[in-house]
Amino acid sequence: MLLRHTPKEVTERSVLVINPAKTCQPIGAMYAALGIHGCLPHSHGAQGCCAYHRSTLTRHYKEPVPAGTSSFTEGASVFGGQANLLQAISNIFSVYEPEIIAVHTTCLSETIGDDLPQIRKKAIKEGKLPKGKYMISASTPSYVGSHVTGFSTMVKSMTGLAEPTGKKNGKVNIIPGWVEPADMEELKRLAALTGVKTILFPDTSGVLNGPLSGEYKMFPDGGTTIAELKSTADSIGTLALGEWCSAAAARELDSRHKVPCKVLDMPFGLKATDRFIDALRTVAGVPVPDEVSLERGQLVDMISDMHQYFYRKKVALVGDPDQLIAMTEFLVSIDMCPVHIVTGTPGKNFEKRIREITEEMPFEVNVKAKGDMFLLHQWIKNEPVDLIMGNTYCKHMARDEDIPLVRWGFPILDRQGHQYFPTVGYKGGLRLLEKILNALMDRMDRDAPEESFELVY
Amino acid sequence: MATTAKKLVQWDPAEVKAELLKKYPPKVARKRAKQIMINEALENETPEITANVRATPGIITMRGCTYAGCKGVIMGPTRDIVNITHGPIGCGFYSWLTRRNQTAAGPDGENYMPYCFSTDMQDADIIFGGEKKLEKAIQEAYDLFHPKSIAVFATCPVGLIGDDIHTVTRRMKEKFGDCNVYAFSCEGYKGVSQSAGHHIANNQVFRHIVGENDAVKPGDYKINLLGEYNIGGDGFEIDRILKMCGITNIATFSGNSTYDQFASAHTADLNTVMCHRSINYVADMLETKYGIPWIKVNFIGAGATAKSLRKIAEYFGDQKLIDRVETVIAEEMPAVEEAAQEVRTRTEGKTAMMFVGGSRAHHYQELFNEMGMKTISAGYEFAHRDDYEGRQVIPDLKLDADSRNIEELVVEPDETRFKPRKTPEEIKALEKAGYRFKHYDGLNPDMDQGTLIIDDLNQYEAEKLVELMKPDIFCAGIKEKFSIQKLGVPMKQLHSYDSGGPYAGFKGAVNFYKEIDRLVNSRVWSYMKAPWQENPQLSAAYVWE
Repeated sequence: MLLRHTPKEVTERSVLVINPAKTCQPIGAMYAALGIHGCLPHSHGAQGCCAYHRSTLTRHYKEPVPAGTSSFTEGASVFGGQANLLQAISNIFSVYEPEIIAVHTTCLSETIGDDLPQIRKKAIKEGKLPKGKYMISASTPSYVGSHVTGFSTMVKSMTGLAEPTGKKNGKVNIIPGWVEPADMEELKRLAALTGVKTILFPDTSGVLNGPLSGEYKMFPDGGTTIAELKSTADSIGTLALGEWCSAAAARELDSRHKVPCKVLDMPFGLKATDRFIDALRTVAGVPVPDEVSLERGQLVDMISDMHQYFYRKKVALVGDPDQLIAMTEFLVSIDMCPVHIVTGTPGKNFEKRIREITEEMPFEVNVKAKGDMFLLHQWIKNEPVDLIMGNTYCKHMARDEDIPLVRWGFPILDRQGHQYFPTVGYKGGLRLLEKILNALMDRMDRDAPEESFELVY
Repeated sequence: MATTAKKLVQWDPAEVKAELLKKYPPKVARKRAKQIMINEALENETPEITANVRATPGIITMRGCTYAGCKGVIMGPTRDIVNITHGPIGCGFYSWLTRRNQTAAGPDGENYMPYCFSTDMQDADIIFGGEKKLEKAIQEAYDLFHPKSIAVFATCPVGLIGDDIHTVTRRMKEKFGDCNVYAFSCEGYKGVSQSAGHHIANNQVFRHIVGENDAVKPGDYKINLLGEYNIGGDGFEIDRILKMCGITNIATFSGNSTYDQFASAHTADLNTVMCHRSINYVADMLETKYGIPWIKVNFIGAGATAKSLRKIAEYFGDQKLIDRVETVIAEEMPAVEEAAQEVRTRTEGKTAMMFVGGSRAHHYQELFNEMGMKTISAGYEFAHRDDYEGRQVIPDLKLDADSRNIEELVVEPDETRFKPRKTPEEIKALEKAGYRFKHYDGLNPDMDQGTLIIDDLNQYEAEKLVELMKPDIFCAGIKEKFSIQKLGVPMKQLHSYDSGGPYAGFKGAVNFYKEIDRLVNSRVWSYMKAPWQENPQLSAAYVWE
């Protein structure tokens, strides 16, 4: 037993978090910033934060994750970090030559009250921020929200680059939320299939799933360009995927530049993808091509083919709110039963939305925002499930309780592929089904007595 | 060896150094010049290397922070202590099972390693203070698990808002009576690297745990193993060998360690130091307070392992032990030598670079030597000058503002428990025979003339070094792994061993030979360019006609 000390009996804990289902804001800000072309993320604080965020992102994406740090020691913590950041800006632009730096705070710089916009002004005045180069910043104290909040805050600060020209560009902004590089690629592919011109931001495809070619590019070819980010103010509309990750940026563009927005669920599974395609079609005024309908039909086909294996299987889920909402809906739509659902990220309406989605399910549902994986494990001990879906840290309870696990979400430290194969859209739905099905059927094969070990399913 | 020599003349170290510094603004270049040393060469601007100084803001460093050194490195691998991070959620989350310290629960069944405990501070705690929350968290942990011991780690904001974690833990310790509770002021901003965190961790372990259990442990030839963290099971392999030799390991600091191991550490008769940087001062303190001498050992490399075992046996001076050690070496070496011979046909003459935390960038050179490979450039992430130049420079080290923040414990002989393990005459006799106590020569003497020794290497220099010197393998950590591999050079993580290990001891050496052979001879590195990229001319059209 790896988690031998986890008791079945659930006792009230009011402060101690055990096995968190979230991490801190800056890592989300760093991931979002990597989705801008030519951008070096910069962590304004002590070195450890930056090292930890780079390590975790590297382990998840298996790609280089460059980022600067203001390298605070005790002096900066007492006297303020302005001098460190000014020095950092100057060093970064002379040594690494990025197009833009995206600076985020840590709990340290946030607590001492460093004012990033003011430091930026000073950097410009002192010539440390070269002409034609950019700096955006985000306030990401780690004691508020979670990694999801940090992602959202940095994406929102990207809209600060938007510059309306007064002429519409005929494009649709898509804010994908915290999904994999392959998912961002897939969203672009779907939009291209429907013939809609889009600006996707942030866009980590090509950045965090890059090729091996004998050449290291600190700034790979991928990412949303600054020109595109400027142009977002001229778009005909914005589709924000995920209330937690993407809505803030979309609403900002709406209120500042009158780009109307629609907040949708992340397109995991059939129904959420349907709504995404439908919204795309409506906002751009285009018909949906047959290729897209074909992909949809293929997903429906696989659901019907494999329904007997999904039907009434109980699932425990842990992850980020936007992902959990869409995934729960997908599972319910194929007649699976998500019964324990935990996110560490706080936020209104999460529990309410999950309750709505699972309303007609035949089993009791445990759901908690601001929960942790220790609680999830205790729930599982009391009400066992057929499948766990969540990040790498689920592997301990999956092994202890002998339950199949589908790795999904962030971070996945011990498996490959998530950066290359999408899970959004209809094709992503096929992949999710394949993963779920394989996990369930491998288990069936493993447990089957010899006489009923079957070749054909 | 001929191939190695041929490789070495392909570049001039002074030119490489100049190239590394070329792009920096003048101030940064001046500072870095002192941290980049051409071994035993006169071109250096300072005769010694500059180390343990602040990283430059904006320059992408390989370093982490004090919290990472304290909670992540030193206390992380303790298995029956509930380690609570007091702070926002991130720090606890990132130090959760990410160092591959293997752990066996043992007969008592206690193992909190797979858990992550945090007070998950919120903005209200930052404004109103987090002491009440911490107290409650400790209480909740106690009520749930009733552990022997609870440790609390401060993150940056805790220091800023001034939570008095030491008073809180002292109060809780008194309240519980059967659970030792103590705290570490290891805020990330203290010091210039992880090294400060090691120091803070060691001090508190020494202050709050060592000496708590006087019970005499069974077994002969009692040693402590200091600075071994059981990455990939290294500690298990070392323990296997020690056990075969009949040597009793009282405490490992801190791989797979228990509270009681620390508490009884003062009952050992010899301290053996693996990672000098992370723990040398504990060895000194144990000697001053309890009279236990210490020696530097190295269990990385089969030759080094044999040498270290002999050194331990020589210390005890018992013929039975000396013979037993020789028997074990004789039993273990044939398989090692066979493996080395096997890979040497493919690894001889190849070159390596190593930029890893503390002593690893030194220790692993033994393993590479055994495979006929040379280390052409190396350096530490968080070393001090003595790790490069040897302990004799310690009296010359200047105390700066950052080192001054890290407490130095003043230790005196324990009134009842100080007991010299050897008489001064015995010590003298051993020393006369060439035996060296409290001694570490550092990295420099083991590296060839003209090799580059670089402190606090950064991403830009790493990339340049690899481009210019084209090593056959580069060793560092996860943050460096993929940028190096993009350049078409295999990269081995020596902090976490990727998924490999153990690499310590005899069996570990065999694992390492095979792993490096696999890496430097992998076919994948020949696929960097597609056929049409290697030979872009269009072929004649008639082929298709």
